This record gives sequence, C-alpha cells and structure tokens, in this order.
Amino acid sequence: MTKYHPLKELSLARLREFLREPEAVFWTYGFPLILAIGLGIAFRNRPVDKVYVDVQEHALAAQVVRYLSPQPDLVVATHSASECRDRLRLGKSSLVVVPGNPYTFVYDPTRPESALARQRVDDVLQRAAGRKDAIPTRESYATEPGARYIDFLVPGLLGMNLMGSGLWGVGFVIVDMRVRKLLKRYVATPMKRTDFLWSMIGGRLVFMLPELVVILGAGVLLFHVPIRGNPLSIFLLSLLGAFSFSGLGLLVATRAERLETVSGLMNLIMLPMWILSGIFFSPDRFPGMLQPLVQALPLTQLNYALRAVILEGASLHSQTVRILILAAWGGISFVCALRWFRWN
Amino acid sequence: MAIRCRNLRKQYRGRSGVVDAVNGLDLEVRRGECFGLLGPNGAGKTTTIEIMEGLLAATSGEVEILGMRWGQRDDDLRQRLGISLQETKFPEKLSVLETLVLFRSFYRSGKDPAEVMESVGLTEKAKAWVGKLSGGQRQRLAVACALVGDPDLLFLDEPTTGLDPQSRRQLWDIIRSLGEQGRTILITTHYMDEAERLCDRVAIVDHGRLIALGSPSELIATLGGEHVVEFAVANGNGIPQEELEALPAVREARSEATNTALTVTEPHIAIPALLETLQARGLELIRLATRHASLEDVFVHLTGRHLRDDEISPA
Repeated sequence: MTKYHPLKELSLARLREFLREPEAVFWTYGFPLILAIGLGIAFRNRPVDKVYVDVQEHALAAQVVRYLSPQPDLVVATHSASECRDRLRLGKSSLVVVPGNPYTFVYDPTRPESALARQRVDDVLQRAAGRKDAIPTRESYATEPGARYIDFLVPGLLGMNLMGSGLWGVGFVIVDMRVRKLLKRYVATPMKRTDFLWSMIGGRLVFMLPELVVILGAGVLLFHVPIRGNPLSIFLLSLLGAFSFSGLGLLVATRAERLETVSGLMNLIMLPMWILSGIFFSPDRFPGMLQPLVQALPLTQLNYALRAVILEGASLHSQTVRILILAAWGGISFVCALRWFRWN
Repeated sequence: MAIRCRNLRKQYRGRSGVVDAVNGLDLEVRRGECFGLLGPNGAGKTTTIEIMEGLLAATSGEVEILGMRWGQRDDDLRQRLGISLQETKFPEKLSVLETLVLFRSFYRSGKDPAEVMESVGLTEKAKAWVGKLSGGQRQRLAVACALVGDPDLLFLDEPTTGLDPQSRRQLWDIIRSLGEQGRTILITTHYMDEAERLCDRVAIVDHGRLIALGSPSELIATLGGEHVVEFAVANGNGIPQEELEALPAVREARSEATNTALTVTEPHIAIPALLETLQARGLELIRLATRHASLEDVFVHLTGRHLRDDEISPA
C-alpha cells in the first residue's frame, strides 16, 4: 500500500471542509442548542396562578376572609356589593362570595378559573364549618425531571437535528459538488466511487457525535433532563438515525443539478416530518386517519425510540420494530441512490 | 498511437431538434506529441475531449486511448490519464497541498505532491486555501491535479481561457516543459497563438468537423504566403478585390470593414506595388502594417470567420 489512502484522504477533506465552514458548524451544533434553550425557557414550569376572590360586605364577611386568607393560592378582599359586581365584570376577580344563608357564589361558569375558584372556596368553607373527608387523599406533583415538556422536547430536537444535518450534510454537499463540476473531476480520476460515497456517509457519522453530546449535554446541564437509558444504546440509535437520513440525503442528491432543486426537495421531505413526527408534541395527537402516514415516517420512529431509550431507559431490543422501520428507510434509499446516481 | 478516433459523432437533443456537436471526426494523436484541437467556441472541442476522456458517450464512432477502449478496464486506463476540465471549482476550503494529496491518493503510483506543486510554481501557496487563489493559480492547480498521477497522456481543456497574459505565459512554460518530458498532451484552445507556440500538430475543427490538420507551419504554408499586409484607406475600400489579388506577390485579399488584409509571399515586392496602386487612384493611406501569417489567418481563410467572437466579424 502507498502512504496515500483514498478513503482516508476523502474523509479528511470532508472533515476539513466542514470545520472550516463556520456557518455549517453553527447550524449543526449551535442552532439546536439555542432552540433547546429558547424552548426550555418558554415552557419552564411557572408558579401556580393566584385566584382573586371578593367577599361582599356582610356581618359574616370578616369570618369568611379569615377562613380563606391562609390558602396560598387565593387572594381575598372585601368590597361593597356594587364594587364586587364591577370587579367581577372587569375580570379583576374570579368569584364573589355573598355570605348569608345560603351562601351565594356569583361567577361566570364559562370562565375556567371561576369554576375552579368556586370549588376551592366551597371546599375551604365546608371544611371550616366541620365537614369531614370520607376518603383520605394526598397530592403527588408531576413536575419532577423526566415528566416535563423540556424532557419531552430534548430527544425530539436530537431527532430533528439528525434529520436536518443528514439531509443537508450529504444531499446539499453532493449537489454543490456536482454544480462545481467537482464530481465530474473526481470521476475523471481512478477514484473508487464507493470510497467517495463512504467518505460522505462516514463524515456524517463522525459529525453526529458532537451533535449528540451538545444537545443531550445541554439538556442535562441546563434543564436536568434525566438520561435513563444506556449511553451505548443512545449512541447506536443516533448512529442509525444519522445513517438513515444520510441515505435519504444521498437519494435526494442523485439527480438534482441545481442547488435550488435540492433545497426544495429537502424541504419537501422535511416539512411533513417537522409537523407530524413528534418533535414538539406527541404524534399520537393526530387523527386516526393520518396515523398510517405519521407512523411510516422515519423521524416518527426515531423520535419514539429516542424518547423510550433516553427518558424511560428502554432497551434497544424493545425498540426492534422502530429500528427496523428506520433502517429500511436508510437501506432502501441507499440502494436506490446508488442505482440512479448521476456522476457527470 | 496515443489516441485514435474514427468517424466520431455526438448528437444532442436540443430545443430545435437534434444538434450534431461532433460530426464524423477522424483524429490520430501520436505518442509524445503535443496536439492541439483548435476551433471557435461551440466547435465541439470540449465534447470531443470529454468523449476521449471517457466522461461522455459518443453517439457513434470509435475511440481508442493508449490502445484501450472505454468500458473495458476503465480503472487501469484512468490510472494513466491526467485530466484538466474546462472549469472545475476545487473545494475552496482546502489548501493547495491538501488538494494535491487528495488527488494523488486516487492513483496507485504517481508523483510526490510537493514536487508537482514546485513544478507549477505553487510552493509558496502550499498552505493557502484554494478559495484565496487567483485565476492563474487555480488553473496551475488544475494542471497540477492532472499531473500527480504521473500520466502518460494529459488532457487539457482550454487551460488558459480567461487568464491574464502573464498567467498564460506561465502556463505555457509549464505545458512546454511537460512536452519535453515526453508526455503526450492533447490541448483544446481557441487561442491561435497558444496552439502555434505549444503544439507540434494542430487539428482545426469547426461545426464538429475537421477542416485542417498539420503542424502550425504546414497549415500556415497552405495560405501560399507567410506574411500578411494589412492596410486601411481614408474613404473605405475603393479597390476591387481582383485588382489587389493581381498585384505581384499577393496571394489573397480580404476586406473587413475599413481594413484590408493581403496574404503575401514577399512583402518587399507587394508593398511598393500596393502603394503605387493607391497613389494612382488618389487614395490616402491611413494605416499599413505587416506581420507573419498565423493560424488565425488559416481559420479565416478556411471559414471566412474569426476564431473568437470578440474579433471583428467579416464584412
């Protein structure tokens, strides 16, 4: 063997070109990070909203206020009858309590917070008057790490990024080379075409690792997203995702001769998956009629599997069907791409 | 024989029916010679060279490169060819040396990239990104990429198009030294001076057909005189062509706009005779120049047109 190895040199060239292109590095690593931080902040858990309750002036008003005031979620004030009516109408309060026999609750039942306030206030007053609970109950709050929106979001963003960089990093780069007649120039040498394609795919798989580390790392460090799965399983799953979407990228690039064409094709492929594949919300929410389409998309299956492995600690074995669907997309794309690829 | 083409044809389906880019071309390029394919834009030069390079399939005809045909052992054949395409944009973010090492890696045997870089004068740009190179430096890099595999046969498609005079001369020196190393070179160009300086033999093509073949001096000799006298008179061209061609030592007369060119065997006989004629007719001479006949004159003689679009078109 000579000291010049074509696969090594092609891969090195790919790596150098990528790392020397600050924009490519930003869109691959910086953008998902910013997205995760932005969405994490937007959907962070807010303190519980206070409910405003007015008590109409009455001999018993002071006593009612005494019962209600200790409740942390209620803000209680006493006003005259007309003031109470105005405040309710303007939305400054959610409920007016008129003491007497019987006590009257004045509110708009179509306002959810008013309906809630009525139940809360009734409950507090009944207990204060001596009502006993028939069944013992307790609270368990679902705001711990692993059950929040940001926990749902991070694996979805990882999947989205694997899709985007697979398609752009392979499809766009190859068409760019075709436009520049670089593909033709390569074909004019004895370069093995498989070496070239492997360097493209190989490059993608290498760039995938920092993506994985940046997105999951940000999730863990900034939002305490729990990683319950085996790191190797997460790595292998991401690798398969990167591979499958590289295959799609290659397929998109087989014939396109203009950058506009390939950009359009890629958006055509990615748009349905951005919407349907459960990046930002669960794909199960779509109506049953759409489900066959939703479930057939590779990103849907990748996102399901990533969430199961990352958040629930599922084994790869338990995700076999999802893995097979994803791998089929990649494999079929590759075979078709190799068959139809236009070198010059 | 390094290259043999027989009855080569290439048809494209254009908007206005079938276009013959190459129309029955026969060519033979000998080993060790620098062969020029000369013709105007659209003559079919690039189509011809790309068929020879195995990048395009001919519609019909035979091509034999170094005794082999495309479609048999292409990889073995490619190992022996060096190719510079008309326009290749190499990766902008790779350095000159990295690009050469990349291309070197495709060949089983070849030259040291640093050595090739030195031979095209790019050593001081070794670490510069390709995107930062000038047009001339990029073309020298393209030639260097064609050389790293130490080819027996080199294809250069319009290597100096769009370059400034100094860069062109630099490339000519490189190409000439390659010829001296005994390599076979096929070069396409629409610059007649380039073909004259570099090529042992030239094929002039027009509309996909061969219209002349020979060494530059042989082709110029077909004009019947190796000098050209050009003149212009104050009120247009008042002398009939037949009268000019009847002058002693004049072989051919051509008029374009206000300019008239005479192909002449002996200028010292033709010029006094011309001046006498002008005086007899009372015409005022405003320009008179003599030069050696060139391949450009051969092309104009054969087709009535100039090689390049930017020259004056025939009157």
